[in-house]
Amino acid sequence: MNDMRILERDVDANKVKISAQNCDVYYGDTHAIKDVSVDISDRTVTAFIGPSGCGKSTFLRCLNRMNDTIDVCRVTGDIRLDDQNIYDSRVDPVQLRAKVGMVFQKPNPFPKSIYDNVAYGPRIHGLARNKADLDEIVEKALRRGAIWDEVKDRLHAPGTGLSGGQQQRLCIARAVATEPEVLLMDEPCSALDPIATLQVEELIDELRRDYSVVIVTHSMQQAARVSQKTAFFHLGSLVEYGETGQIFTNPKDERTESYITGRIG
Amino acid sequence: MTDASANTATGLYATDAHIRKRNAAEKRFRLYGLAAVCVGILALIVLMTSILGNGVSAFRQTYVTLNIELLEAKLDKNGNRNIDDIKKVSTFGYAPLIQAGVEAAMAENGIEIEGLTGKQAGGIISKEAAAQLRNFVIANPDAIGTTVEFDVLANAQIDGYFKGRVDRADAELLKTVSPVQLDLSDALLEAGVLRTKFNTAFITAPDASDNRPEAAGLGVAILGSFYMMIVVLVLALPIGVAASIYLEEFAPKNRWTDLIEVNISNLAAVPSIVFGILGLAIFINFAGLPQSAPIVGGLVLTLMTLPTIIIATRAALKAVPPSIRDAALGVGASKMQAVFHHVLPLAAPGILTGTIIGLAQALGETAPLLLIGMVAFVREYPAGPPEGFFDPASALPVQVYNWTQRADAALVERASGAIIVLLVFLLIMNVAAIILRRRFERRW
Ligand SMILES: Nc1ncnc2c1ncn2[C@@H]1O[C@H](COP(=O)(O)OP(=O)(O)OP(=O)(O)O)[C@@H](O)[C@H]1O
Ligand SMILES: [Mg+2]
Repeated sequence: MNDMRILERDVDANKVKISAQNCDVYYGDTHAIKDVSVDISDRTVTAFIGPSGCGKSTFLRCLNRMNDTIDVCRVTGDIRLDDQNIYDSRVDPVQLRAKVGMVFQKPNPFPKSIYDNVAYGPRIHGLARNKADLDEIVEKALRRGAIWDEVKDRLHAPGTGLSGGQQQRLCIARAVATEPEVLLMDEPCSALDPIATLQVEELIDELRRDYSVVIVTHSMQQAARVSQKTAFFHLGSLVEYGETGQIFTNPKDERTESYITGRIG
Repeated sequence: MTDASANTATGLYATDAHIRKRNAAEKRFRLYGLAAVCVGILALIVLMTSILGNGVSAFRQTYVTLNIELLEAKLDKNGNRNIDDIKKVSTFGYAPLIQAGVEAAMAENGIEIEGLTGKQAGGIISKEAAAQLRNFVIANPDAIGTTVEFDVLANAQIDGYFKGRVDRADAELLKTVSPVQLDLSDALLEAGVLRTKFNTAFITAPDASDNRPEAAGLGVAILGSFYMMIVVLVLALPIGVAASIYLEEFAPKNRWTDLIEVNISNLAAVPSIVFGILGLAIFINFAGLPQSAPIVGGLVLTLMTLPTIIIATRAALKAVPPSIRDAALGVGASKMQAVFHHVLPLAAPGILTGTIIGLAQALGETAPLLLIGMVAFVREYPAGPPEGFFDPASALPVQVYNWTQRADAALVERASGAIIVLLVFLLIMNVAAIILRRRFERRW
């Protein structure tokens, strides 16, 4: 956090990829997200930070309509991807999710082989013309997930037989295999050791060249290391949103300051 | 040192009254549990020994090997082998031939029994034998005039004598068998003319009337039960699974789906006889389907089995972790793809188990079948599928009921035998369920 280099990190003035305006989310009577407005830039890593239960995951799930699967969940407001309202009735949420990929908080590999885990998305979207193509996609995705070396000899072993950290990287590989435009990552490194974390962070940095990445993290260092923009959530509201360097060195809101210095959390 | 010894008093080795009481309670509970298991096992053992003790003998049957002369004078008076004339000779016409056959066997082996009339000698043979002979002659008219060796059934009382069901004291009292006949049977057994062997006819033959219980078999009942199971499987499995998938994965959770859920649970608790009344009213009286037909039985049992399958399938679907669905949706699978590619394979073992348990329940169900007329006395095998589904047939549990109703010791023995057959089928189904479940689970 005291690493001053983060100040020098350039933030591209990229175009807005996802724009959320006046977003509210209710779980039944619980008001989980309160009037949140955020512009997420293209080719940028945006970090969501905040204490547990403040609604980071909930807001993230709004961005690819995963909340649709929760019966009691109701989303209001305006969320646009490339200027198109993703909650428009004409939008097919399945198509949206192919464009906005997701890595979940808990690793959830399919109870199938490692190969099939990664190949599933490309298969259903018809991204591979033949077996060789698919093999290539799978290898590339596993390399980007920083897990290729560990699993290349047992691609047909069950994905559920991997360790927790390996499973999470497999899930990351699975998510990037479908070539999404936006990648939502909900605490992707919470189960990883420092080396794997570093690999995933490198991956995130690399993904930034082509995609927009949104990452939820409890590690302030990680947010500072990988992100260009940071949003601080507290009790369902967006308290502060800005360039990462500014948030960590010169927060405007005193709640942000308390959180990043460890006084609330 | 004194400190240390004081410590041990309150340390890990010491037990106070509270702990002793807790330990005693745990020990007591374990004993209760063990006792409960023992009572269950004891009940099972008593049941099995009584069924096996009564029923195993049904799988053996006493046969007599006779050389019977098919006299032309009796069977084909005109001597022109006209099949229509031959058919005119009823089974009564064959009885004297059988009696002659027994007498011939006695003469051949030098058996002489005091006070045995010729009629009594012929009487040790089942009435079924005459029908057996007649069918043979109609099929082979050229055999008339020759002597043919037949394996014929012994009378049920003679059979019972060798199985210990009838003894000499009974024979003194009974009108259907006399001690001299038992003497004859003993002599024939010694001569090797009379034998007890495995009773394949019990599995394959159709039911028989009261005056020839030795010929009664389960053929029609097994076939009827088999047809009904096919109907149930073909209808209940797809309908049940489709309904469960819809309710569990797609239907909105609202008052209507709650109502449906409650109704399905209630349906599972409805007494089976009610389904019989329903079947009688709808399938027979309204839709005009034939009585006693496996199709109607199958439809009624389908109605009964559906709730079981739906409840089991929904439980299996619920047990699939939601994170799997999230994972599939997260990579852009549609809801249907998520269900069919990921959820259903994981739920398959549970669905299979539920289905087979439902089928096993249906196989053992009696009450609704009585109402739709499956208790009728059926001697004709139903035709092959699909017409056979509309032919009258019996069913295994109904056959058991039927035989126990007919107050003949020989049939009661057969009822126990039929129970064994039923249990074997249930066992096979349960083993199949276990094997299938293992098979599917190995695919993680
Ligand atoms: N499925 C749900 N049903 C009802 N309430 C929910 C559901 N999911 C989350 N919530 C509530 O919404 C609020 C925000 O939850 P959310 O999971 O978004 O928190 P979070 O910021 O991701 O926390 P963490 O850092 O611990 O993952 C919490 O108060 C939680 O209780
Ligand atoms: Mg979360």
